[in-house]
Amino acid sequence: MERMIIKGNPVITGIAKGIALVSREPLSFWGGYDWKTGEIIDRRHPLSGSIAKDKILAIPFTRGSSTTTSVLLEAVRAKTSPAAIITTAADFFFALASVVADELYAQPIPLVAISESDFARLQTGDRVEINVQGKIVVER
Amino acid sequence: MQRGDHGPATKMAMSILVRMAEVSGAKELIDIVGAHIDSTIYIGDAGLEFAERLAGLGAKVSVPTTLNVSGLDEHHWKEWAVPSEWARQAQRQMAAYQSMGTIPTWTCAPYQTEMRPSFGQQIAWGESNAIVFANSVIGARTERYPDMFDICCAITGRAPAIGLHLTENRAGELLLQLNDIPEALQQSDDFYPVLGNLMGRVALDRIPVVSGISVVPNEDQLKAFGAASASSGGVALFHIVGVTPEALTLESAFQGNQPQATLYVTMELLRQSRSELTYTDSENLDMVVLGSPHFSLAEFKQLAPLVVGKQKHPDVKFLVTSSRAMTQLAQHTGFLDSLRAFGAQLTVDTCILATPMLPPEIKYLMTNSAKFAYYTPGLLGRKITFGSLKDCVDSAVEGKIVRDDSLWSE
Repeated sequence: MERMIIKGNPVITGIAKGIALVSREPLSFWGGYDWKTGEIIDRRHPLSGSIAKDKILAIPFTRGSSTTTSVLLEAVRAKTSPAAIITTAADFFFALASVVADELYAQPIPLVAISESDFARLQTGDRVEINVQGKIVVER
Repeated sequence: MQRGDHGPATKMAMSILVRMAEVSGAKELIDIVGAHIDSTIYIGDAGLEFAERLAGLGAKVSVPTTLNVSGLDEHHWKEWAVPSEWARQAQRQMAAYQSMGTIPTWTCAPYQTEMRPSFGQQIAWGESNAIVFANSVIGARTERYPDMFDICCAITGRAPAIGLHLTENRAGELLLQLNDIPEALQQSDDFYPVLGNLMGRVALDRIPVVSGISVVPNEDQLKAFGAASASSGGVALFHIVGVTPEALTLESAFQGNQPQATLYVTMELLRQSRSELTYTDSENLDMVVLGSPHFSLAEFKQLAPLVVGKQKHPDVKFLVTSSRAMTQLAQHTGFLDSLRAFGAQLTVDTCILATPMLPPEIKYLMTNSAKFAYYTPGLLGRKITFGSLKDCVDSAVEGKIVRDDSLWSE
C-alpha cells in the first residue's frame, strides 16, 4: 500500500473521508451533475456516468454556468453531494454553495485547494481523508 | 450591515458576502450600481428555500436589479409538458425574487434591455453569457458570479474587490490569431458560435484576445460568441482587437504584457469545433430551437425574411425563446406575423434548458446556438445538431437535418 500526504488550503474547513473521483477536465455542475442521483451527466466529460455522491471529487475548477452553485446546493439538500471537493485554486462557485449550505442547513461541504503538481498525483479510486487543516491523506 | 442595523435579510446577505470575500482574498468591498440575478431559475427546493428565506426576512435590493430567465413561461407552460407541481414551485421562486423590489425582465440578455450598463460601471451579474457580454462588449465590470451571490450583492449594494472588477486583472492572457479565414465565413451567422466554442475549450478560465478579424461583428454575433465560450469554458472576459472597447490595439488588450500562449486558428480547428457542437446519430429532426441567449429584435428581423412564404414540416416543432418585452416589440414591428404563418411557436421568460417543457417524443433537436448545443445532451438527454439560422429553417421545412457545408468545406 502506498501512502502520501498532501498539504492543502482549506477553503471551507471540515473533515471528510471517501474514495477519490478525479479528472483533469473542469466541469459545470449545470448540465454536468444530476443532483437527484449524484451522477456526472456531461456526456463530453471523462467522468460521464460516474457517481460522485459521497466521493471525494477532484476537478481543477468549474466550467461555464453560474448555476453550478445552485446544483451543488440542491445536491446537499438531497444528500447526493460529494463528501468533499478538491480543486487547484479556491473555487468561488463551490465555496458559495458550501457557505449557503452552512447558512440554510448547517451542512457545509469541505473544500480544499491544492497545487497543480499535487493534484496531478491524485487518482480515481484513491482512499482519501481530509482534516480541518486541509491536510489530505491519500492511500492506494 | 453585518450587525443587523439594516434588517435581518441584509445581515444574512452581508454575512455571506463577507465570508466569500475572505475565501476569495478580497481586501475590501466596492459599491456597485446594478445587479442581474441568475438565481431566479428554479432548480429544486434548496434554491427556493434560499429565496423564500431572504424574502421572508423582508429583503429589498438597494441597486437597480434585473432578473434572469425564470423556470416557467407563465403564458404558455400549459401547452407543453411542464408538470403542474413543478410550475407551482417555479412560480413561488419568481414571486420571492419579485418581492425584493427587482425589475422582472426575465431574460438572459439583460444587456439588450433599457437596463444595459455602460462602460466602466461596477456591477454584480450572474448568468455566464450576460457576464461575458457585460465585461467584453460593453466594458462594464463584473466578476463571474454564481447564483445566490448575485442577490447578496444586490441587497447590500456591494461586491468584493476581486477579479474583473480591477483593471489589472482585465489584461489578455492568451492570443487567438486568425489567419486567412475567408470573409464570407466570418460574415455567416454560424461562424461566431463555432469560434466561441473553440475559444472556451482553449482558454478555459483565462482571458483570450482574438486578433485577425477582418469583418466587424454585430452585437448578436458577439452575444453568440461570448455565450459559446462561457459554456465550453469559463470565459468571463474576452477582447477582440479593433472591436471591443478595451482592445483598441493588441498592446492595450494585453495591457502591454506578452501573451502566455498563442493559438493559430485554422480552418481545420474551426471544422473540428463545428463538429463538436453536433451530438446525434441520424438525420431525424423533431424540433428546432432558437434564442439562446434570448432572441433580440435584430434576430427576429433576420429570421422573418427566411421564413416568409414558407411552412415548416408538420412533424417538426419550431420554437423561438425570448423575453416577453422583446416579443412584444417584435409583434409591434410585424416580425411575428411571418413566423406564425410559418408555424413557429414562442416561449417567453424562460428557455428549454430552464424548464421541463419538452415531451418525451421530442428526441432530436437542432439549434443555431452553441450554448444550447453544448448543454442539450447533459441537461435534456436529447440529440442535438448545430447549424446556421438558414440551416435551421431549411431543416424545419424539409422535416430532417439539412446543412449547407459550403463555407466550411476544404
